[in-house]
Amino acid sequence: MEAASVPAPRRAASDVAREWLSKYGLIAVLLILPVVYGLQDLSDEGDLSRLGNNIVDGLSNGAIWALVALGYTLVYGIIELINFAHGEVFMIGSFVAVAVWSSTIWGPNGLTPQTATLGLIAGLFVTLIVSMIASSSLNVMIERVGYRPLRNAPKLAPLITAVGFSFILQNVGLLWLGGSQEGVTDLIRSQKEVTNIAGVSISRGDILSIGATIPLVFLLTTFIAKSRMGKAMRATAQDREAAKLMGINVDTTISFTFLLGGLMAGAAGLIYALYQTTIWYFQGFTAGLVAFTAAVMGGIGNLRGAVLGGLIIGCIQQISDNRIGSEWTPAVVFSYLVLIMVFRPQGLLGEETREAG
Amino acid sequence: MSEAIRRFGPAAIGVAVALYIFDKIEMDPFMSVVIIVLGLAAWLLADTKYSKWIGVAILVWAIVLPLFHDSGQGFIDDANIMLAYVVMALGLNIVVGFAGLLDLGYVAFFAFGAFCMGWFGSSFFAGVNDGEGIHIFVSDLVSQQAGIHANFLVVVIAAVIITAMAGALIGLPTLRLRGDYIAIVTLAFGEIIGRVAINGDSIGLGGGETLTAGRQGITPVDKIDLPFVDVFQSLNLRPWYWTALAMVLIVLFVNFRLRDSRLGRAWIALREDEVAAASMGVPLVRTKLMAYATGAAFGGISGAFLASYLNTVNADQFQFSFSIFVLAMVILGGLGSIWGVTVGGLVLAFIINTFIPDIARSWPRDVGLDFDLTEISFAIFGFLLVIMMILRPEGLIPERRRQIELHEGIGGGEGTDLYEARV
Repeated sequence: MEAASVPAPRRAASDVAREWLSKYGLIAVLLILPVVYGLQDLSDEGDLSRLGNNIVDGLSNGAIWALVALGYTLVYGIIELINFAHGEVFMIGSFVAVAVWSSTIWGPNGLTPQTATLGLIAGLFVTLIVSMIASSSLNVMIERVGYRPLRNAPKLAPLITAVGFSFILQNVGLLWLGGSQEGVTDLIRSQKEVTNIAGVSISRGDILSIGATIPLVFLLTTFIAKSRMGKAMRATAQDREAAKLMGINVDTTISFTFLLGGLMAGAAGLIYALYQTTIWYFQGFTAGLVAFTAAVMGGIGNLRGAVLGGLIIGCIQQISDNRIGSEWTPAVVFSYLVLIMVFRPQGLLGEETREAG
Repeated sequence: MSEAIRRFGPAAIGVAVALYIFDKIEMDPFMSVVIIVLGLAAWLLADTKYSKWIGVAILVWAIVLPLFHDSGQGFIDDANIMLAYVVMALGLNIVVGFAGLLDLGYVAFFAFGAFCMGWFGSSFFAGVNDGEGIHIFVSDLVSQQAGIHANFLVVVIAAVIITAMAGALIGLPTLRLRGDYIAIVTLAFGEIIGRVAINGDSIGLGGGETLTAGRQGITPVDKIDLPFVDVFQSLNLRPWYWTALAMVLIVLFVNFRLRDSRLGRAWIALREDEVAAASMGVPLVRTKLMAYATGAAFGGISGAFLASYLNTVNADQFQFSFSIFVLAMVILGGLGSIWGVTVGGLVLAFIINTFIPDIARSWPRDVGLDFDLTEISFAIFGFLLVIMMILRPEGLIPERRRQIELHEGIGGGEGTDLYEARV
């Protein structure tokens, strides 16, 4: 054999190129938009404040997507189901939050921007708790009714029940608030500027969105890493059979996963309502698609990946909204997704698994 | 006695429901009785030597059906759309059911097919050939109009070629992926193409032409124009029905022949175990791309037909929910089972087009409630999906191979046996 006797065969140029592509191609792809528009800003306006503003807004939006994406990734990680109803759970979370804060227990008009700061904070905290509980119990109920009976059924059957629940919940939202975008009280005056760093304005909404997401994500990851239930969840995700043999109650564990996903979706619902100040029945569908994309982009089943994916998608959306035009934003986001799948099929932080070999 | 109820109870309920529905859609009483008898016979005599004759009888029934009906509107109108959906469901069945590649962007091929009809069979490109238009094998009616006008058969061939190529192209990035990652990439392509269709009115092609007409839609679209037949009319729906039925029959034939062919067996091997299939010499890339291309081509045919029939190519038709709708037909009917998917397509298309808007809408008022069922049509559809899936997770008519796997637990099942054996 000729080739075997050569000590170190020269690698073909195509191999080198391929290796380089898989290593750095993805980073290059992700940087296309910001770099191009950054250069354009530098030449047109002399500073990067416009891009900076895009990125700040993008991160705040992305934080909401990240919370929703966590629900997708948790559920997918444990039962390999794309939970199409999750976006609608988030939507219901928003609706519940608005209903709670406008209820008359807080005063004749519910909570208003004029409410004393301390009262406002307390009220919003209660709202947060209620919407988280509502979303999570809804999510657990959907699992109980729609997915658990199909645990041993063909893999695609629960996908269809998920779609069914998503339709039902959309209809609930439609009957609840009607078919148009509904403005809600801008409780925290989310557009009000807090500081301005070199032309990049940071508003109250940005602070709220990032400031609420970080502790939630931190709590969730710590819980899954440290607690007994978290360990059970990881075990079930790895091998349901073996987990069962080790005495883990698989059904409870799966329910608990849905509970955690619902909690995150409920919190995201409240933050969304405060930040965007409009809600409508279709928001769950769009958010679901975006958040699912974020989860896949980060590497589905990977919590940090979902958060990273959410933040990246938020930024892409803002840049595209601001520069290309919001009618093209979904196409831009999904083109990014396809490119990422081409360069790194397992997602940004995902490990090479059987599914994405 | 209870055994008899268990065996024939569902059939009795089915007959009652069918009678009620046939009465509501004003199907001819004679035809309703015939189809109920045939349905019962098919149920009782499935897999016997008579099943072939029952198939022939149902076919004859389907062919003569429109002669018993008002040709202008109503039932035949719904039937045409149902048949067009069945073509799409059978196309998607090749990708999802046979080859096991979960495709959530099937709407893209509907879009491509419809746009083929819109581009090559309407006055949309009014400026081509200096406003004279291009005409290929068309009748006198449209031969004076501007734009590209090709005969329906030419358009269908173009649609098949274009959608098959689009299907293979969309399949390319998924070749390295498995499982649900394929789903998300196809979903992404479906959304991108839907977006391009909506915003296409701002994409110039030069000479003042745009790519699509956006949300306004391309309308009117040429009617189907077959050799030796008069141009189809929008008031006489019978020829449309027979065309749609012929399409379904062709697609059914192709499905059966493909399933038992070398390619079809390769698809099924791929679905069961990709690694094993590859090591047995199944060429993965070619087999997968063929699945995408074939499945897409059926979507294209159906899209072209629907564009001509509905007389519009409207970008709002091409939504993600349509992909889900077709996928639901396939899964509900029975993944990989050709008859199952046919029935699933008919049932779901019937529910969404006829049952909720026409039949069930007045029920609440009949019992004295003050709301209209169309307000909750989404919820009813969702509820029916959940119920049907929970009652029959393997689909209405499961593929026999799958059914055996499920009930005898070859490789599948959650292995409760193992656990219980220890208890």
